[in-house]
Amino acid sequence: MFKRLNLLAVPAVLVFLILAPIGQGNYMVYSLSSWLIFVIAAMGLNLTLGYAGQISLAQASFMGIGAYTTALLTMTGWPWILAMLIGVALCFVVGLLLGFPALKVKGHFLAFVTLAFNTLFFLVARNEDWLTGGTYGITGIKRPSLLFLATSKPLPFYYFTLFVFVIAALLLWGIVRSPWGRAFKALRENPIRAESLGLDTRRITLLAFAIGSAYGGLAGGLIAPLVQYIEPGSFALGHSLRILLMVVVGGAGFFFGPLLGAAVVILLPEALRFTEGYYLIIYAVVVIALMVYCPTGLMGLGHRILDKIRPRYQVRGDMKQGSQL
Amino acid sequence: MSAPVLSVRDLHKSFGAIKAVRGVSFDVGHGEVLGLIGPNGSGKSTLFNCILGQLSCDRGSVEVNGASVSDKRPCDLNKLGVGRTFQQLSIFPQMSVLDNLILAGQEHVGTMMGRLFGKPDAGLTEEANRMIDFFRLGHLRDTMAGSLSYGQQKLVDAAMAFMASPSLVLLDEPAGGVNLTMLANLKERLLTYNREHDVTFVVIEHNMEFVMSLCTRIIVLAEGAIIAEGSPDEIRSNRTVIDAYLGG
Repeated sequence: MFKRLNLLAVPAVLVFLILAPIGQGNYMVYSLSSWLIFVIAAMGLNLTLGYAGQISLAQASFMGIGAYTTALLTMTGWPWILAMLIGVALCFVVGLLLGFPALKVKGHFLAFVTLAFNTLFFLVARNEDWLTGGTYGITGIKRPSLLFLATSKPLPFYYFTLFVFVIAALLLWGIVRSPWGRAFKALRENPIRAESLGLDTRRITLLAFAIGSAYGGLAGGLIAPLVQYIEPGSFALGHSLRILLMVVVGGAGFFFGPLLGAAVVILLPEALRFTEGYYLIIYAVVVIALMVYCPTGLMGLGHRILDKIRPRYQVRGDMKQGSQL
Repeated sequence: MSAPVLSVRDLHKSFGAIKAVRGVSFDVGHGEVLGLIGPNGSGKSTLFNCILGQLSCDRGSVEVNGASVSDKRPCDLNKLGVGRTFQQLSIFPQMSVLDNLILAGQEHVGTMMGRLFGKPDAGLTEEANRMIDFFRLGHLRDTMAGSLSYGQQKLVDAAMAFMASPSLVLLDEPAGGVNLTMLANLKERLLTYNREHDVTFVVIEHNMEFVMSLCTRIIVLAEGAIIAEGSPDEIRSNRTVIDAYLGG
């Protein structure tokens, strides 16, 4: 049933994403672009945390590495695509290195290691003025021009972001469907058993961090030209927590979870603005209620609802052969 | 006699002042089914974990098919043809039975990069289905492993140990918590696999009826050392074993 729903959901979501910005004002188109970019960052964290079970509080720092790399290189004349790819590769390598502590520590200890890394990145970005512009940041970042497509206006940039998002989502879909995806889940569910079945859990752990971080770098490579201004505060720990919230609210370990989670974190506050001063309070209450009553996130909630709709009386497969099993 | 599949020599392992394994040595021949029995705390599981690289031993050596494996990680051992099951249930509950079986074999197919770009099932669906049918789990193929009964999960656990065509399988209390009917099924399947594929088994078990009818030779451990060794009949009548473990 879920497979059939997925088959219907994918084109429906795609059509929605194509039509969503039409007729909207510049600010809403900007918010939608921002949403897609954070979905990419959350997809990466979802791989590291949701699929492979490795907690990371450093995803915003990888967005920062990607954003600063892309901004600095494009401002010296590099094409966006090359600058972005270098940023992604850098994040892959740094993510790989950050994965090494995960071979030694787990759970909240690992969370603190990654939290420290995010803080370290923030301090470097703030203090190394010669490279990052310090607290003033970098301004005047150009939006990419690709062949006949100039993305300087909000709508073309949205479709450019959507194109990159679709490529990133397809790549991730390929990874999670492959034996690598199965290995990531095995690492999350039972690492000792996984190792006994021949899985090199050290390599899989490092890959989970590296690939997840690379997605953070890709998101950074898009956020820099979207905002056209970056500064260290945009990649501080609070933003890593927001990305974590996106993954958890959407449903960790569900492929479409980040899409919903980022919608709640990025778009819901915008939708609640009509409540004026109360919107953050309402937003906080919605998130608390969701976490209390549905810790598996919105995707988990969807599955629970579908389970209720299913026929109540299903023939138990394990009774077909009587009591022998 | 052909070279032993598993050779353990003078193995020692301590946890602080507690000597869990004290100078254990034994060989297991090709196609043999060896039982390891002993009271709780006698060092059986520690011995297993030392053999399988889950724990590093303080002294001694372990060889599989003539190659030293003392410094190998569990994943390397698996690639050398050693499978195992665990005392506690050790499956992947949020995957289907089929996916559990495919996972158990996928690391033996192609290269790591090849697995990324290759088929999602690593070409193992047919082999996994064969193993599922062999363990009579065909009707549960697409069921989430975590929703199966305890005994069924034990069967999945056992089936996973055989997916990589191992030459040696170490079974840690396979009968624990399994009802009598299913136990008979498990024993029959293990013996059939042993007969058809000539695979060597080392079995830790507390269920005496199960272990005596499954194994061709039995080693008895007490306080980390071997106190007796012989055929099931010899062990049943061994005075030292009766005093230390079986009771009067």
